[in-house]
Amino acid sequence: MERIYLAIVLCPLFAALVAGLFGRQIGRAGAHTVTILGVGASFGLSLLVLKDQWLEGAAAFNGTVYTWAVVDGVTMNVGFLVDRLTALMMVVVTSVSLMVHVYTIGYMHDDPGYQRFFSYISLFTFAMLTLVMANNFLQLFFGWEAVGLVSYLLIGFWYTRPTAIVANLKAFLVNRVGDFGFLLGIALILMATGSLDYATVFARAPEMSTQTIELWSGAPWSVMTVACLLLFVGAMGKSAQMPLHVWLPDSMEGPTPISALIHAATMVTAGVFMVARMSPLFEYSETALSVVLVIGATTALFTGFLGVVQNDIKRVVAYSTLSQLGYMTAALGASAYAVGVFHLMTHAFFKALLFLAAGSVIVAMHHEQDIRKMGGLRKYLPITWLTCLIGTLSLIGFPGFSGFFSKDALIEAVGHADRAGATYAWWCLLIGVFVTALYSFRMYFLVFHGPERLDAETKAHLHESPWVITLPLVLLAIPSAIVGWPTIAPVVFGDYFGSAIMVLERNDVLGELAGEFHGPWAYILHAFSAPIPYLALAGALTAWYLYLRNPGLAETVRLRFRWLHTLLMNKYYFDDFNDKVLARGSRGLGNLFWQLGDVLVIDGGLVNGSARLVGWAAQVSRQLQSGYLYHYAFAMIIGLAVMVGWLLLGA
Amino acid sequence: MFTTFLFYALSTVLLAAAIGVITARNPVYAALFLILAFVASAVLWLLLEAEFLAIVLVLVYVGAVMVLFLFVVMMLDINVTTMREGFLRYAPVGAIVAGIIVLELAYVIWFRSDGLPVGAQLVPRDGAYSSTEELGKVLYTQYLYPFELAGMLLLLAIVAAILLTMRHRPGLKVQDVAEQVKVQRGDRVRMVQMKSESE
Amino acid sequence: MMVTLSHYLTLSALLFTISIAGIFLNRKNVIVLLMCVELLLLAVNFNFIAFSRYLDDPAGQVFVFFILTVAAAESAIGLAILVVLFRSRRSINVQELDVLKG
Repeated sequence: MERIYLAIVLCPLFAALVAGLFGRQIGRAGAHTVTILGVGASFGLSLLVLKDQWLEGAAAFNGTVYTWAVVDGVTMNVGFLVDRLTALMMVVVTSVSLMVHVYTIGYMHDDPGYQRFFSYISLFTFAMLTLVMANNFLQLFFGWEAVGLVSYLLIGFWYTRPTAIVANLKAFLVNRVGDFGFLLGIALILMATGSLDYATVFARAPEMSTQTIELWSGAPWSVMTVACLLLFVGAMGKSAQMPLHVWLPDSMEGPTPISALIHAATMVTAGVFMVARMSPLFEYSETALSVVLVIGATTALFTGFLGVVQNDIKRVVAYSTLSQLGYMTAALGASAYAVGVFHLMTHAFFKALLFLAAGSVIVAMHHEQDIRKMGGLRKYLPITWLTCLIGTLSLIGFPGFSGFFSKDALIEAVGHADRAGATYAWWCLLIGVFVTALYSFRMYFLVFHGPERLDAETKAHLHESPWVITLPLVLLAIPSAIVGWPTIAPVVFGDYFGSAIMVLERNDVLGELAGEFHGPWAYILHAFSAPIPYLALAGALTAWYLYLRNPGLAETVRLRFRWLHTLLMNKYYFDDFNDKVLARGSRGLGNLFWQLGDVLVIDGGLVNGSARLVGWAAQVSRQLQSGYLYHYAFAMIIGLAVMVGWLLLGA
Repeated sequence: MFTTFLFYALSTVLLAAAIGVITARNPVYAALFLILAFVASAVLWLLLEAEFLAIVLVLVYVGAVMVLFLFVVMMLDINVTTMREGFLRYAPVGAIVAGIIVLELAYVIWFRSDGLPVGAQLVPRDGAYSSTEELGKVLYTQYLYPFELAGMLLLLAIVAAILLTMRHRPGLKVQDVAEQVKVQRGDRVRMVQMKSESE
Repeated sequence: MMVTLSHYLTLSALLFTISIAGIFLNRKNVIVLLMCVELLLLAVNFNFIAFSRYLDDPAGQVFVFFILTVAAAESAIGLAILVVLFRSRRSINVQELDVLKG
C-alpha cells in the first residue's frame, strides 16, 4: 500500500511540474491532459484506499517513507498516516479537484495563463494531500504552508489586476498571523513531548494535559490548553474564522475554479481537518474546546448576516462558505468531530457545486458578477439552474439533501453539548439556519428568477455553458444531493472513524445521539420535530417574499435599518480596523523603530557616531602633533613626572 | 673635613655651571659651561673613588664630545637672537614641572629611602684597592656581551654619523681605488702603427 | 660633618631639575637641548656612582660606562643630524621645523 500512497501524493506533483516547467512545449491540451491524468490517478487510488480502509477494514497505516533529519533527538520524517479520516479527506480532495480540473478547461478557455493555472491547481492538490496524509507535525506544517503558497499564487493569478494583488497579499498576511500561532503550537508540543510524530504525541497527551507552563510569572497555564489554542489560531487563519476571516471574501479575486477548489471545498477545510486530527489533544482541554465552539458559532452567524447584503455572486457564496466553516468549527468545539468532518465532506460537494455554478453564470454573463444585473436566467441556463438549485437546497439543509443530514446532526450535537458557551453556540447556529436560507435563496431568486435586468448585448449572447463546465456541475450535484444518505449512519453515528478520532467518554455527544438514530428516513421525520427545517423554510420564504413577490419591501427595510446595512456593508469594520489600527499601527511602530532605533541609535549613534567619534578624537589629538620638537620633549618630561608620581602614590 | 669642603665647593661649581649651560646666551658659552660642569663632576667622582670613570669622563666627554659640540656650534651659522625669542615663555611651565620633579625626588630621598644607607659614613678604602681593576673584572666577565654590544653601538654611531654628513659634490677630484686596481693595459697604452719617416 | 649618600642624591636631583628647566627654557635651540640631555645623563650617572660606592657594588659603575657609551653615540648622531638639517634648511631653529605636524 505504501507505494500507492506515494503515488497518490506524487502524481499531482509530477503533473504540476510537467505542466509548469514544460507548459510551452506540451501546449494547452497537453497541460490539461497531464494534470487531469495525474489528479485522476490520485482520485482512483484514493477510492481504492477508501475501499481498503472502509469496506475491507484494513488497519490504519502509519509509516515513515524518508527520514529527513535527526537533530538533538528530534526526528524529522516524511511519512504517511492513512486511516479512515485521511481516506475520506483524500477522496473529497481528489474528487473535487478532478471536477475543478475538468471545469477549468471550459472556464479558462481563453486565458493566456492556461498551463500555469493547471500547474498551480495540480500543485495545490499535491500540497493538500501532503497535509492530509502527514503523520507528523512537520509534514503537516509543510502542507499547510504549501497550500497557503499556492492559494497566494492563485488569488493573484491575474497579476495585472491591482485588486488581485492586494487580495493575495491580504490572504497571505492574514494566513501568516494564523501560521505563526500554528508554528508556536507545534513548537510547544515539541517542547512538551520531544517528538513531532503524531502517534508519539497522542500517546503522551494524557500526561501532557497535567503539565503547566508559566506564560508570564505567576500564571500557570495548562500546556495542553496553550498548545491547542495556538494550533487553533492556525486553524482560524486557514479556515477563516473570526477575526482572521477577512481574507476569504477578497480571495474571490482569483478565477472561479480556484474559489471552488481552494476557498470553498478543500484548503479552507484544512483547519477543520487539523482540529479533527488533533482530537486526542483537544479532548484534554475543555477551555480550548470552548474557545473553538464560541468562535465557530460566532463566525457561523455573523458572517451569514454579511452574505445577505452582498451583491457580487461570488461574494455571497464566499460568505456562505465562511458561515458553513463556522458550523464545522462549532461542531469540533462540541467534541462532535465526526459530524464536523461529515459536514466538511457534504459542504465540499455542494459548495464546490455552487461556486462552479456561479462560475458558469459568470461565463454566460461575460464576466458580469453583480446579481442585481441578472434575473430570469433559468430558461437560458437550464443545467446550471437545476444544479444550482440542488446546491442551494443542500446548503440550506432542505430535508433529504446531503446538507440536511450534516447540518441537522451538527446542530443537534451542539445542542447536546454541555460545555461553556454551548447554549450561545446553539442559538447562533439556529439563527444561522434562517440566515443561510435567506441569503442563499436571495441569490438564487435574483439570479434565476424574476425580471430580466440584463442588458441587451449580454442577452443576445446568453447560452448554456459547454459540456466541460456542465459535466462537473452534474457530477457534483449528484453527491450534493445524495451522499448523505449512505454515509450518515456510519460516519456520524457509527464507528467509521474508529480510532482516527478520539473522543473522551464524558464529551461524547454523538454517542448520546446515536441511540435515537434509526436510519435516514426516520431521521428526516424526526427532524420535523425540531425547529431546523421550519427555520430553513421560513428563510427561503422570506427571501421569496422580499425579492420576488414584493421587491419594494426589501428596499424599505434597507432604508429603515440604514445603520445596520452600513455596518454589514462595511463587514463590521474588520477591514478598517485592520487597516487603521493594525497596519497603520505597526507601520507607525516600524517607523518609530526605523527613525529612533535604526537611524538615530544604530546609524547615527553606533555607525556614524563611532566614525565621528574617531574623527573628533583624531581632530583633537592631531592638535597635539604640532610638529615642534620641544613639544614632544615636554610631553616626555611631563609623562616622566606623572609616571614617577603614579609609582610613588601607587606603591 | 677637607673632603666635605671639597664636596660643597665642587657642588657649587657644578650647579653654577649647569645653570650657566641653560641660561647662556651664546651656545659657545653654554658648551664651555658644560665642560666646566663635566670637570667638576669628574672631580666629585674621584671623591667617590670612581677613578676610571672620572678619567673617562674627562677624556671622552671633555676631550671628544664637547669638542665636537664646539665644532658644530661654530661650524653652523646660528642666529642667536631668534633663538632667544620667547626664552621665558615656557618658564612657568618649566618651573612647575621642575618643581614637581624636585618634590618627587625629595620625597624619595627623605621618605622612601628605608633600607638604603643614606646617612652612612664613608669609609675610605685602602690603597691596594683599584676601582679600575674591579670594574674591569665585572665588565669583562659578567657584562661581556653588553660590553661587546656597546662596542657595536659605537661603531654604528660612527657609521651613521659619517653616512649622514657625507655628501657627493659633483666635480670633485677623488681617487677611485677600485677603478685604479682593475685597470688594464689596453686602457692606458695605445699602440699606433706609424710609418717611419724618411729623411 | 661627613658627606653622606643623601648629599650626592640631592646634588644629582638638583642637577636633574636644572637640566629639565633648561629643556623648557632653550626649547628653540637644538644644540643647547642636546647639552641639557648630556646634563640629565650626568645627573643619572651621579646617582649610579654614588650608589655603587655606598652599596659597594661595581655593577653601578658598569652602567655608567654603558650610559657614557650611549650618550656619546647619541650626541654624535644628534650633531650629525643637525649638520644635515642645517645644510638643507640653512637654519636649526626648531620653530621652523614643523613638517611632522599631523
